[in-house]
Amino acid sequence: MTRFRLPAWFVLLLPAIIVLAAVVLIPLLLSLYSSFTSYRLTRPDSLYNWIGTFNYEKAAKSAHFWAAFGRTLLLLTIALNLEMLLGLGLALLVNQVTYGQRALRTIMMFPMMFSPLLVGFQFKFIFNDNVGLVNNALQSLGLSNTAIPWLVDGQLAFFSILVAEMWSSTSVFAILILAGLFAVPRDPIEAAKVDGCTPWQSFRHITLPYIMPFIYIALAIRSLDVARAYDIVQIMTNGGPARRTELIWTMIGRTGYVDAKMGYANAMGYISIFLAIFFTIYFFRKLNAARAELGMGG
Amino acid sequence: MDENRHHRLRARTLKGLQLFALFIAMCFICIPGLWVVLNSFRPTVEIMAKPPVWIPQDLNLDHYRAMFGGVGEGGVPVLRYFTNSLIISVTSTVIAILVGMAGGYAFARYQFKGKAAIFIGLMLTRAVPGVALSLPLFIVMARTGLIDTHIGLILVYVSLNVPFTIWLIDGFFRQVPVELAEAAEIDGCTRWQAFWKVEFPVARAGVASAGIFAFLTSWNEYALASQLTRSTFSKTMPVGLRDFTSEFTINWGGMCALAVLMIIPALILTFLVQKHLIAGLTFGGVKG
Repeated sequence: MTRFRLPAWFVLLLPAIIVLAAVVLIPLLLSLYSSFTSYRLTRPDSLYNWIGTFNYEKAAKSAHFWAAFGRTLLLLTIALNLEMLLGLGLALLVNQVTYGQRALRTIMMFPMMFSPLLVGFQFKFIFNDNVGLVNNALQSLGLSNTAIPWLVDGQLAFFSILVAEMWSSTSVFAILILAGLFAVPRDPIEAAKVDGCTPWQSFRHITLPYIMPFIYIALAIRSLDVARAYDIVQIMTNGGPARRTELIWTMIGRTGYVDAKMGYANAMGYISIFLAIFFTIYFFRKLNAARAELGMGG
Repeated sequence: MDENRHHRLRARTLKGLQLFALFIAMCFICIPGLWVVLNSFRPTVEIMAKPPVWIPQDLNLDHYRAMFGGVGEGGVPVLRYFTNSLIISVTSTVIAILVGMAGGYAFARYQFKGKAAIFIGLMLTRAVPGVALSLPLFIVMARTGLIDTHIGLILVYVSLNVPFTIWLIDGFFRQVPVELAEAAEIDGCTRWQAFWKVEFPVARAGVASAGIFAFLTSWNEYALASQLTRSTFSKTMPVGLRDFTSEFTINWGGMCALAVLMIIPALILTFLVQKHLIAGLTFGGVKG
């Protein structure tokens, strides 16, 4: 009877752990190792050419890398904040509607079904300087005589990418926040009204604390794949023209596959992984704190 | 009296403004998608027309015909991509659900050391950017001969979906009272029977919503698929979409038709279970 048995929870978790170890963990260890070598796809034996932290130093000294890194952070910060605010606004608007709310909710979910790649393609088409919807509309309305080079000019391209990214993700926030608004109890709001609170005060001090966990869920879910902006950018501009919309992810892809410098690409990849992990842990901690505040922790 | 009317007027303008804002927001949400759908029915001449043709003159199915015929559009084997996508997405979803159910059940029902740490660890594997993961995966798969095969991509998508599936299913199993399963066991069920006959039916909605998410992720994934597939044998639709672009020209109409083909299954599935979808996300997250 003293036969050793694995605990049940471990057996149940084992398949998940095995799959994740095989597909994520082992390759990541390999990439960690190869980031210290001069590995090039075209010369397999270079995998054993240990060069220490050279790749990391190269990235740290590269102006292109820091430009891409800064641009990635900027895009994420602007996009996540705007998505949250717009999502909140949209959820509040839809919450006011009593007739046809189901239909509105259905429409709101529309962008969630679009592959990020499709979103990129769709907005590449819409912002196309020759046949795109935006330029056609501006010209037909007489607002602009020339074709605006949306995807060619650096700043305009950044703006176009931001629009595409927001289109694809705002609805995630809106739907989750709307679910939160349904869960807000009526009584405290009624009481606040009786006590003479303005609508803003009752929103700020009653509604908002209640929906905060939902906002953090949305942020946590989004932070799990912030890098999906890669698909959008890759199809819209592929980091171009002349690196003006280069994000850290497009830079990794190009260095790894086009220039075949796998070692260097993996070093940058690791930096991007830490960036993603930072975002995820930050939002999960916020989520736990918000849950605890509402007494739903555990 | 006057004040009353003033108030009513203000309330009405406010209501009007709200409806207007909502209308604008809905337009922003719908127009990009509808624009693609519309253009899939228009001949290329009309898409490229300068000045633009605003009222469609000639709607036809040419792009679809060319797409399924495999000729004229540079011979993009769309049907092949479609079946690849379907096989890979469905298989990986089924496996991810089974693995996720086991994992989610473990998190919901058992107490063990380092539970929170293991949970966060699993979640973090999902946060690894696809393009960063694709580099070493490419090397590993090239060595093991899994590149450009269905199995390789299925394996990758299972691992991509397992963390989120565990998160959602964990939340749903927590909604099921422990007493329910205990009562069943007292009545003579084994733990296994108690799970399938009592707990699983109650949490079925959660499993369904996790399944939809897993399917959509696999169906829409691009960053990994674009590197791990090489030929028509395993290319999925998102990768196939690139076949319509050549160095200097883009076949917008053909691309739009393929885009519509990609969206339809996702649309149908999502609408079928949209109620569970929202419930799944919120239960899993807030109360979990």
